[in-house]
Amino acid sequence: MSTTTAVVRKNTYFDSVSLMSVSTKANALDGVEQAFTAMGTEMNKGVLDNLGLLTDELKAAESGDLMVVLVAEDGADTDALLAEIEGLLTRKAPASADGGQVTYRTITSAAEGIAGANLAVIAVNGAYAAREARKALESGLHVMMFSDNVAVEDEIALKNLAHDKGLFMMGPDCGTAIINNIALCFGNKVRPGNVGIVAASGTGSQEVSVRVHALGGGVSQLIGTGGRDLSEQVGGIMMVDGIRALAADPATDVIVLVSKPPAPSVEKKVLAEVAAAGKPVVVWFIDGSEEAVTAAGGHFAAGSLQAAQKAVELAGIAPAAVEAFDAEAAAGAVVARLAEGQKYVRGLFCGGTLCDETMYAVRDAGLDVWSNIQKNADFRLPAGSASRGHTFLDFGDDDFTNGRPHPMIDPALRIERIVEEAKDPEVAALVMDFVLGFGSHEDPVGTTLPAIEEAQRIAAEAGRHLEVVAYVLGTDLDTPSVAAQTAALRAAGVTVTLSSTETGQFAREIAKKAQA
Amino acid sequence: MSTENTELTPAAALFAGDLSVVNVGLAMFDEDIKAQNAQVSTLDWTPPGGGNPDAARALNALEASPELTAKIDAANAEAVERIMSARPMLIGFGRALDVVPGMTPTTILHSGPPITWDRMNGPMKGAVTGAIVFEGLAKDLDEAAEVAASGQITFRPCHEANSVGSMAGVTSASMYVHIVKNETHGNIAYTNLSEQMAKILRMGANDQSVIDRLVWMRDVFGPMLKEAVEFTGPVDLRLLLSQALHMGDECHNRNGAGTLLLFQALAPGLLQSSFTTEQKKEVFDFVASSDYFSGPTWMAMAKAALDAANGVENSTVLTTMARNGVDFGIRVAGLPGQWFTGPAQKVVGPMFAGYKPEDSGLDIGDSAITETYGFGGFAMSAAPAIVALVGGTVAEAMGYTRDMGEITTAQNPNVTIPALDFQGLPTGIDVRKVLDTGILPIINTAIAHKDAGIGMIGAGITHPPAEAFTKAATALAEAFGGTSS
Repeated sequence: MSTTTAVVRKNTYFDSVSLMSVSTKANALDGVEQAFTAMGTEMNKGVLDNLGLLTDELKAAESGDLMVVLVAEDGADTDALLAEIEGLLTRKAPASADGGQVTYRTITSAAEGIAGANLAVIAVNGAYAAREARKALESGLHVMMFSDNVAVEDEIALKNLAHDKGLFMMGPDCGTAIINNIALCFGNKVRPGNVGIVAASGTGSQEVSVRVHALGGGVSQLIGTGGRDLSEQVGGIMMVDGIRALAADPATDVIVLVSKPPAPSVEKKVLAEVAAAGKPVVVWFIDGSEEAVTAAGGHFAAGSLQAAQKAVELAGIAPAAVEAFDAEAAAGAVVARLAEGQKYVRGLFCGGTLCDETMYAVRDAGLDVWSNIQKNADFRLPAGSASRGHTFLDFGDDDFTNGRPHPMIDPALRIERIVEEAKDPEVAALVMDFVLGFGSHEDPVGTTLPAIEEAQRIAAEAGRHLEVVAYVLGTDLDTPSVAAQTAALRAAGVTVTLSSTETGQFAREIAKKAQA
Repeated sequence: MSTENTELTPAAALFAGDLSVVNVGLAMFDEDIKAQNAQVSTLDWTPPGGGNPDAARALNALEASPELTAKIDAANAEAVERIMSARPMLIGFGRALDVVPGMTPTTILHSGPPITWDRMNGPMKGAVTGAIVFEGLAKDLDEAAEVAASGQITFRPCHEANSVGSMAGVTSASMYVHIVKNETHGNIAYTNLSEQMAKILRMGANDQSVIDRLVWMRDVFGPMLKEAVEFTGPVDLRLLLSQALHMGDECHNRNGAGTLLLFQALAPGLLQSSFTTEQKKEVFDFVASSDYFSGPTWMAMAKAALDAANGVENSTVLTTMARNGVDFGIRVAGLPGQWFTGPAQKVVGPMFAGYKPEDSGLDIGDSAITETYGFGGFAMSAAPAIVALVGGTVAEAMGYTRDMGEITTAQNPNVTIPALDFQGLPTGIDVRKVLDTGILPIINTAIAHKDAGIGMIGAGITHPPAEAFTKAATALAEAFGGTSS
C-alpha cells in the first residue's frame, strides 16, 4: 500500500513555474509514486480533487499557501522523501560551471569578442575549412590552416585575400608553426633566438628548428606555408610574404627557407626575394640547385643539418659541439653482422620530409628506391603494396592517413609494418623516425618498442641480424625529452642517429654496402 | 625615417604582441597552446547547417560575392529597422467576422503554416470542433468533426489573415480579437482574447465549460474591452512591453507584470463601459484569474511589427516562426508569403503533476512570433524567475540571450534587458547566421496534451527544425542568385 502525506506551509510563496520544476524532480525520486508541489489556488485544488488527493487540510489551503502532497511507495521512508522535496524547494543554483567564460560559436564573433585575438588555427574538415579561413581573414586574424583536402582554387583565393590584408595565410595542410615562441599544432619547444624560418614542409621545419636549438641557436618565428605553396598554381604567395615579414622583423637576423623543389617559375620569384631580403638567407630546397641559390645571393644547404649549421653560424652563434659520426665505418660494422641475402633498407617514417631526406640520400648513391612519395612514377609504391628493394614509406601521406589520425599521433599502422618487414629475409635494416613535441603522441618510442623487439626476435630466430636505426626528432625541452626517448631505444639495441641528415647518410652507407 | 614605420604591419603587430589564438576544430591544440601559457579560445564549432550539404551549399551561394553579402546585409539592416521602428498600438477590439480581412462565417483560422483537417493533431482538432459547436455550425462535437471534414469549413493560417493565435490558434467568426495598428507603417495585426486557465479551447479542450466561457467572452468580455479602448484611446504596446520586461517578464510564458500594466491601461475604460457592475466584476475576476491575459496582446504587437518587414527585397531576416502541431513553418522578409517547413518538435520541460512527456502534443502555436521579435525565449535573461522552466540557472538564461545575439542582426534599443546592462533585444533572426552557427532559435512555450479535449499540461523549451532553415536558405539562394547576376 502506498502512503499519502500532505503538508501545507502557510504563507509560503513559490512561483508556479518553479513549483512545476520541483514537482518534476520530486516525481523522479526513488520511492515516490507521485509528488505534487503547488500553491493552494482553486485550480490546483481542483487538480488534486480530480486525482482524489484533496484532503480537508489541503482544501483549507489558500492561494498564498504551499501544498506538498507525497504519494510514497510501500515501505518508502516518507519523512526522508519529504526532506528531499524540501531540499529541492530550497535548492541554491550552482555557480556557473565555466566561471562566466564565454564560449564562441563562430570565428567572427570570437574575433569581435576577444580583445587581442590575432590568429586562428583551423583544423576542421576540408570541406568547411576554406569558409572558416575566409571569415578569419575578413575578421583581421592571421590563419594557420591545419586542414587538408582544400581545393587549390580556394587556397589561391585565401592567400590573395590574406596578402591584400597583410595577413599570414599558413596552409592549407600546414602542420607546424612557431609564432612568438608558441608552437602551434605540431611543433617542438625550442629556444627563442634570431633564426627565422619559412617552410613549406612540416617535419622539415621541425627538424631545422630542433637542429638550430641543438646547435645552441634559437628561433624567432617559424612560418609554415603549406606544402602546395611553391607550386606553379599557388606561386609561393605565402613564402614571399613570409620572407618579407622576417626581413622586416628586427628580432630575426637570419632566414631559413625549407621546401621540396619549387616549380621553376616560383623558384625564380622566391630567389628574387632572397636577393632583396637584406639579411642572410639559407635555402634548403630538397634536391635543389646550388647554383641558382648562390646566384641569388643565398646560402645553399644540401640537407637539414647543413641548413641549421649555416643558419647558426650566420646568426653569430658558436655552434655547440656535435658528436662526429662516421657513417661509413658505422655501416661497415652493421653489414659485417648481416646474413646472406640481407641487402635492403626499409624506411618507415612519420615525417614526410624526414622520409624524403633519407630516401634522396640513398637514391643519390645511385640505388633504386621505392616509395609512396616517389616523384618518379616508375618507382611509386601504393600504400597497400608490399615493399620491394629499398623502400621508404611516409605513413603521414594521404593514402595512409585517409580516415585515420596522422602516425605522429597514432602509430598503429607503422607498428604492424615493422613486424611485417622483419619477416622479409632480404631486409638488412629498418630505419624509422620518432617525432616528439606538441601535437605528437605522448610516448612514441614506448608504444613502438614492443614491435621493434618482436621484429628483432623474428630475425634472430631466423638466424639474421636486423639492424634497427631510429632518429628522434625533439629537444631537451620537449616532453618526453629527446634524451629519455633515445635512452629507451638504445637500451633495446636500436642505433640512434642524431639528425635527419645523419639518418640519411647512415641508411645510404648500409644500403650501398649490403647490396654490394 | 620611412613613413611605413609609423604604423605596424599586421605581421609586425603579431610578432610584437602577445599571441591570442582562436582555435577551431581540434581541442588538443587548445591544451598545447595553454600549456605554453598563450591565450587560446576554442570555438564550440559545428559545420554550417549542422553538416547538411544542402545547407552548406545554400550558405555558400548566399556568400558568393562581397557584393551579394553587402546587398543582403543592407536589406537586413532595413528589415530590422522596420521591425524596431514599428510602433504597435492597441486601437480596439472587434468580432473577427467584422474586422479580420477575408473572414467568413465558416472560416476557421488556425496556428502555424497551412494544414488540412485530416493532418491536424489532437489539440487542434479539439479546438476546431469546439469552435464549430460554439459557432452553431454543429450541435455537438461528433457532428462538428463531420462538418470539419466535409469541406464546408475554410481553414486558413492566422498568419495569412494578418493574425496570430496562441496554441491551436483557432479563431472563428464571432470570437473577439485585438486590433493592433502599427502606427509607423500602417499595417494592422489581430489576435484573439486570452481564455485564461488551462482547460481552454486553444489548448484543445472543448467541453461545455469551454464553450460557455467562449460565449461569455463573446457577449460580455469582448464587447466590454471594445468599449474600454473607445474610452482610453490607443494603448502603446511597445512601451508596455518594454516596461513589462523591466519588471521581470519575458512576455511569452511569464506575463504577470505585462498583465498588470495592460489592465492598468484598460481599467478606466472598462469602468466607464455600459455594462453592469456585476459584469465588470466578472471581467475583473477573469483577468485576475491568470497572469496570461496580456499574452496574446504581445503576440499581436510582435506580429504588427514583423509584418512591416515583409517584402524587404534581398533580406534573409525571419518575419514568422509558427507551428500547427505537425509542421513548424518559417517565413522570410525577402520571400514574402512563402512558408518553409519541417516537423514540429517536442517541447521539453516540467509538467503538471500526473502527466508524463509521452502525453505531450508536439510544439504548436503562433506564439513563437514573440521570439521572432526578440522576446520570449530570447529575453529569458529579463525574467530570472522563469529559468526554472528550463530547469536551469540564471547564468544559463543570460547565455540564451547571448546565443540569440549570434543569430540576429541587431539589438532593439526600444526594448531592453536591465540585467544585461540594458542591452536591446536580439532582433532580426538571420537565416544565414542560424545555419552558420548551428544555433537554432530558442522558444519557451506551453505544452498541450496530445489528445483533444484535455488542454495544457506543462511548459518548456523547444527549437524549430533545422530543415526549415535549410529550405529557406536554398530558396533565398535561388532567388538572389537570379537577381544578382
